Amino acid sequence: MASLMKNITLPIVKNNPITLQILGICSALAVTTSLSTALTMSIALTVVLCLSSAIISSIRNHIPSVIRLIVQITIIASLVIVIDEFIQAFVYETSKQLSIFVGLIVTNCLVLGRAEAFAMRNPVLPSILDGLGNGLGYSLILVVVGSVRELLGAGTLLGFVIFVPMSEGGWFEPLGLMLLAPSAFFIIGFLIWGIRSYWTDQIEVAKFKLKIRRARQ
Amino acid sequence: MLNPSRIWLRFLARPNDDRIKIFGVATIVALVCSIVVSTSSIILRPIQQAQFEVERQNRIAAMLDTLPGMREIMEEAGVDGLETRIVNLQTGDFAVQIDPEKYDQKSAANDPELSMAIPADADVAGLRRRALYAPVHLLQRDNELLLIVLPISGVGYQSTIRAMLALEADLRTIAALTIIEQAETAGLGANVEDPDWLALWAGKQVSDETGKISISVTRGSAAGPYEVDGISGATRTGNGVANMLRYWLGDHGFGPFLERMSEGS
Repeated sequence: MASLMKNITLPIVKNNPITLQILGICSALAVTTSLSTALTMSIALTVVLCLSSAIISSIRNHIPSVIRLIVQITIIASLVIVIDEFIQAFVYETSKQLSIFVGLIVTNCLVLGRAEAFAMRNPVLPSILDGLGNGLGYSLILVVVGSVRELLGAGTLLGFVIFVPMSEGGWFEPLGLMLLAPSAFFIIGFLIWGIRSYWTDQIEVAKFKLKIRRARQ
Repeated sequence: MLNPSRIWLRFLARPNDDRIKIFGVATIVALVCSIVVSTSSIILRPIQQAQFEVERQNRIAAMLDTLPGMREIMEEAGVDGLETRIVNLQTGDFAVQIDPEKYDQKSAANDPELSMAIPADADVAGLRRRALYAPVHLLQRDNELLLIVLPISGVGYQSTIRAMLALEADLRTIAALTIIEQAETAGLGANVEDPDWLALWAGKQVSDETGKISISVTRGSAAGPYEVDGISGATRTGNGVANMLRYWLGDHGFGPFLERMSEGS
């Protein structure tokens, strides 16, 4: 039981898919301009991840290894389309903001990565838990980045005004940079820095050493 | 002899690198996935369509509310909404053979029979194709035109923006502009939906006395009746909106229709 729970708890911080495995960065940049889109994206990704892990793990013994990636992608893509249809049908407002990014879950390295690395080799229950754990780890980072960007970029959280901007008589000057994709790189970079200075075992050994060459005279 | 469950078990028992198994698994996965996808799409389609329709109605209603006195006029005229009619964009005539209730301009624009390619030099809005017919929404009292609402669309910075443009009876003055659909950069281009910005359009003139379409979005402060302030940080989105007005009011868009309307036919 304890080892099963580890599948959930480990990827949340200590083995976080974004900050340690550096997977799923693209969507983390794109959808975190506001907290509400980050939340919807997190939920969508977590659901896709759990379902794809469950399905792939349950048929793992019958997937021929030569076509395993195609089979995995087909299953993941179908799930994503179905989820996208649901979002468009029931949370229409949010679907307009997420637009193509839900569709891009298919190409999210995180989903295929977990299918290939975990679900292909493990029974159904641990695979679902692993999917859930990684989904939550991804969600945590998205929520943190989304909160920082929305708060500093627009002075709001989930649309509620926290800092009154100068244009409306407050003191706060919104940082336009925060609404652009590069700011997510900075925030994720700072997060990785913070996490790795606390858990120093996460620091990777440099594979190559830079050699300084002296210019010949 | 041909027991289906035994065939199934024998199929599963085949080794994974067996050719029949590879083709079999690929076929089954593809089949199951396509059935799941198409079923969910068909079941959810009516709900999505209803959501979109509600959204469109809300935006038009909200736009009418921004026009001072419009509700009173409508009450006086005894109508609770606008009358929708279909226009043949080429000739500028009403196309009575098409039921406005059923016509969907967005899907018609992708149907080769119901749409046409826009020549590159005329395609200021970046649309590439447009439907042959377009709906217009009219508000009339005693056969006198009070307001006309035209659906317009064009490419902004990263998405197709769809909007509704309300013109006053002179067909030159903008009564209101509202955005129906857009996926511009959140926080920058997405501000096209900002009511304060859209309010800047009201009262502007789309064309000068000679009939030339002159409306534009400027950087810095707008001067005169043909200019609207741009959105800071979203120059291309603002230009996209101006371009789509130019396209749809021009000869390729509602131009012929507006001409007919102003002639009073």
